Amino acid sequence: MDEQEKQQEFQEKIDSGITIEPKDWMPERYRSQLIRMMSQHAHSEVVGMLPEGNWITRAPSLRRKMILLSKVQDEAGHGLYLYSATETLGTTREKVIDDLLEGKAKYSSIFNYPTLTWADVMVIGWLVDGAAIINQTMLARSSYGPYSRAMVRICKEESFHKKQGYEMVATMAQGTPEQQEMVQDAVNRWWWPTMMMFGPHDDDSPNSAELIKWGVKSKTNDELRQSFVDRHVEEAKAVGIEIPDPELEFNEETGHYDFGEIDWDEFWNVVKGNGPMNRERMKAKREAHENGEWVREAAEEYARKQKLSKEKAS
Amino acid sequence: MSTKTKTLTKQEAFFEYLVRLADDRLILGHRLSEWCGHGPILEEDIALANVALDNIGHAASLYEYAAEVEGEDRHRDDIVYFRNDPEYKNLKMVELPKGDFGFTIARQFLFSAFSFFLYQGLAKADDEQFSGMAEKHLKEIKYHLRHSREWVLRLGDGTDESHQRMQDAFDGIWTFTGELFYMDEVDELLIDEGLGIDTSVFREDWKNLVTDVLEEATVTVPDFDQYMAEGGRKGLHTEHLGHLLAEMQHLRRSYPDAVWE
Repeated sequence: MDEQEKQQEFQEKIDSGITIEPKDWMPERYRSQLIRMMSQHAHSEVVGMLPEGNWITRAPSLRRKMILLSKVQDEAGHGLYLYSATETLGTTREKVIDDLLEGKAKYSSIFNYPTLTWADVMVIGWLVDGAAIINQTMLARSSYGPYSRAMVRICKEESFHKKQGYEMVATMAQGTPEQQEMVQDAVNRWWWPTMMMFGPHDDDSPNSAELIKWGVKSKTNDELRQSFVDRHVEEAKAVGIEIPDPELEFNEETGHYDFGEIDWDEFWNVVKGNGPMNRERMKAKREAHENGEWVREAAEEYARKQKLSKEKAS
Repeated sequence: MSTKTKTLTKQEAFFEYLVRLADDRLILGHRLSEWCGHGPILEEDIALANVALDNIGHAASLYEYAAEVEGEDRHRDDIVYFRNDPEYKNLKMVELPKGDFGFTIARQFLFSAFSFFLYQGLAKADDEQFSGMAEKHLKEIKYHLRHSREWVLRLGDGTDESHQRMQDAFDGIWTFTGELFYMDEVDELLIDEGLGIDTSVFREDWKNLVTDVLEEATVTVPDFDQYMAEGGRKGLHTEHLGHLLAEMQHLRRSYPDAVWE
């Protein structure tokens, strides 16, 4: 079979909804796009541990402390699971982590914003995990088997994360005046960055068409963003939270909410590394990696010694 | 000022005993949780968060029971967030800063080995709720012991650097190990009641376990008879606890009327 026939067969499989598995033939571009997307997704889980981890030691009740700790632990598990899924495409976790630490790979820009109050962590659960669920529900139908299976599993835990975040947001929104102010302030700061999570408009999204053709994505950035708005505006209303968008209005004709324009200068600025926390996030990850080097070396050396002594014994 | 000796009631002693156990686990869990996102490998981010979560969970159950025993309608969070450092009765060992990964592991191993023996006793305590709790927690303590033991071996018998770091970690923390076996009138009263454990009974077992693992890890076992620091059980702490509690309690105390559940 020549290259063109393989391409055609591959596209036919995708079009008839057959998932692509690691040993199947796939175009190099499909492989590299998936490595980019999946490793980026894994990095987001791992870097995302930092803004939330920032509040574990200060959680205002033992119950909340345990929920947050277990949520951040889940994110680490998702990272691990996604790194393994990425490895099925012929790369290694070490390689993609090196790319992250060298600044060659990206992670979700949302984690380049600071968590300034306890309410921020709860709003992340509600809005950021809420946005992630919308994206991941789509990716659970992705054409690449290991990615779609990872998403199915991860989505279940994300739903719990969102639920706990929304629950605390509701408690605070009905709490003391200080709590109400704190949670509204957090929503004011996180709403627009969360809207940016879905990426540029479809016209400015160079990868979208290709990813849709290959069945990696089934919806465009703007379609996903619209689902997010429709769902979360209603949830905000239900607990008396205001969405910081004066142009937000329900459109009877379309059956969807119309909303204002994202500040794309801010979006690209954060993507390029100038967000409020880009440098600190990378510094923290690099430091953890460097401080852990002696541990990883020791584990390797110990395993080598153990293997050697077993060989001698047999 | 006069010091008067007051006779403890069984109820007071039991409350104090539960709170001491809980304080150890909460403060250690706090230190472990500081690793979240900063571990040497992702697997250890998960493992340390898991051990942290277990310890804080054990503490939560113990505080809840302590509040019940006290019978003054306090919530467990009142005990956690509204006591100052002299009222905290944890061991000094657990409040020390997390240090490097080697120090965190050395401390976890020594503490888990102690808890392993202690909880075997507590699981037979003459109080169903308490013994049931201990039995349940013991399963998790066994995992903590296994996890930390494996790392003591890897790091002690790994590279020259890791070996030296483990030796330094054990040498540094050793003076705080005597306090694990501290006992006073609270323990004495509860031992008589079948609720507390005479820790001197398993001291040799603990020493043997620790010695075996350290020797296998090629770490020189420090002197068990060296000077041992005390004070935690009386509320006399290191300078580190005040900072830890300031961080842990500030949000809750800043808004004492707010509901956070």
